[in-house]
Amino acid sequence: MNGAKSHSPAAILFGIFKYVMLTAAAIIALLPVLVCIFTAFKTTDEYNATSVLDMPNSFGYLENFSIAFTKANMLRGFINTALVLVVVLIASILMGSMLAYVLSRFKFKGNAVIQNLFMFAALIPGIATQVTVYQIMYALGLVNTLHGYMFVLMGTDIISIYIFLQFFENLPVSLDESAIVDGCTYFGVFFKILFPLLKPAIVTSLVLKGVGVYNEYYMANLYLQSKEIKTISLALYTFTGPYGNQYNYICAGVLITIIPILILFLIFQKQVYSGMAAGAVKG
Amino acid sequence: MNSQMTVPKEKKTFKQWFGSRKVQKWVIITTFMFLPLFLLILFTYIPFGKMIQFSFYKMKYIGPRTFVGWKNYIDVFKRSECFKSLFVSLYYMGGAIVQLALALFFATLMVFKVKGSGFYKGAMFFPYLICGIAVGFIFKFFYARGYVLDSILQLFGVAAEDCPMWLQDLKINNISLAATSVWRYTGQNMILFLGAMMSVDTDLYEAAYMDGANKWNQFKSIILPSIKSIVVLNLILSISGSLSAFEPPYVITNGTMGTGTYFVIMNRLAHENQKVGLACAMAIVLLLIIVVCTVAQKLFFKYAFDDGTDDESKAAVRKRKKAEKAARKAAKGGMA
Repeated sequence: MNGAKSHSPAAILFGIFKYVMLTAAAIIALLPVLVCIFTAFKTTDEYNATSVLDMPNSFGYLENFSIAFTKANMLRGFINTALVLVVVLIASILMGSMLAYVLSRFKFKGNAVIQNLFMFAALIPGIATQVTVYQIMYALGLVNTLHGYMFVLMGTDIISIYIFLQFFENLPVSLDESAIVDGCTYFGVFFKILFPLLKPAIVTSLVLKGVGVYNEYYMANLYLQSKEIKTISLALYTFTGPYGNQYNYICAGVLITIIPILILFLIFQKQVYSGMAAGAVKG
Repeated sequence: MNSQMTVPKEKKTFKQWFGSRKVQKWVIITTFMFLPLFLLILFTYIPFGKMIQFSFYKMKYIGPRTFVGWKNYIDVFKRSECFKSLFVSLYYMGGAIVQLALALFFATLMVFKVKGSGFYKGAMFFPYLICGIAVGFIFKFFYARGYVLDSILQLFGVAAEDCPMWLQDLKINNISLAATSVWRYTGQNMILFLGAMMSVDTDLYEAAYMDGANKWNQFKSIILPSIKSIVVLNLILSISGSLSAFEPPYVITNGTMGTGTYFVIMNRLAHENQKVGLACAMAIVLLLIIVVCTVAQKLFFKYAFDDGTDDESKAAVRKRKKAEKAARKAAKGGMA
């Protein structure tokens, strides 16, 4: 791109315009969080005395974080969220890929009906059905249990099924056939031959589902009432009441919930982007 | 497994029988499908059926219920809070369109070589990863009287008393809330568009550049065709998305001062006022709107993108034919 043309006035103007716009966008995207960072490192006196845009005296004042972490019971929240994430992600990937395998590789009566049932379910907005899901959960004794919450999250998972179905369509059937000729069972075909090839689809659904589960609030609020089983979103929400306008504590709490996902994002940036993009083309 | 009864008749050992392809096929179909189907029926279709049933009753969670026919559905459109909330959704729809336009704009900028594109991409995408509750707190702080936004405006010389009440002023509070959605999702949309744009052979951009095509032409003839289907898809999804907007008003204003979206009102009716029947009717109405949007989307895609050749949509084919016709007419005219 370093040809002679890049020095034409129009190209230079476009270059300036491009960087000005992108920098402005980056500032707007980061500013609300940046102010939160400043505020989280301020003592209460400092917070009351200074403008919110001022930098804190030092970034070594960690009291707010420890108060937020203990008062909102965030450790418990993180452990619970981690448990939910592990179980729900493994279950969604196994169930999604297995179901997609059966639906894409076997012809049987009802195959099309089942596919349509799943597709229609994707249209039904999750929050809408919770009015009646709650009654079912209640009847099954699953309200206020962590495993009940996991079940609901698995049961309302259409995204990964959709992603896997699309992916299987692009995997040649000749792979299955040659393995079967070699005497492989269907189970063998799935677990030994196809499952390892699903890696891109697994990454996509891990990213989409993972972000969704980590951030899920509505159902958690509905089904998890006891202190010991609250997830991180719920733990964060406890700041609404008692801390009112003490934003130095609240900002610390907000940052604590952001840090783990930020670290994961920085490590897996490439996979996150390609996962998002793959999910979209198909969604 | 009553087919086990047939084993002795066929005089096969159990192992042979179990090993046969046909049996294997059914074993794998049932085992692999059982759990997902069970969960689907339990958590989607039974609740869905009950929702339809409840929508015809006046009832609470516990206690007697009375059949009221279509009254709940009529109430959805008659009760001012329900009907008004549909209008609140318009703000989020507007936000969604702004968001798509911005995402498209920045994705286009990013397609061209950008130094530090990793940073820009990461910065803009990052808000998507923050959980809704955290976003809520961040913007409660951001919009609070005398806090972040007001301070920034003061830096630019706006007097403190001229700053509006971002979350209380009925004229602008819905815009403030919809803006938080734009902030949260623009970067994610941009990544989607960028992914679609990059799926085009990048040599095309180089070639166009060498041919001296200006940026606008590059956008029009290379970038736009590669992403039009995903843009339209997102546009239509934004309709159901804005009708389902929930977290910003729920966390930031709790739906007070005219900021209650459809879901916030439905949630309040269902869980606080225990008007279960009315809430169910609201859910069904929403579902119908979404189904209509989806069908419209399918039809639109069929009309606009299929049927043509791979590179040409039907509309483009029609345009070309019209042009050809005009050309022929002109040629004829020339001869006469």
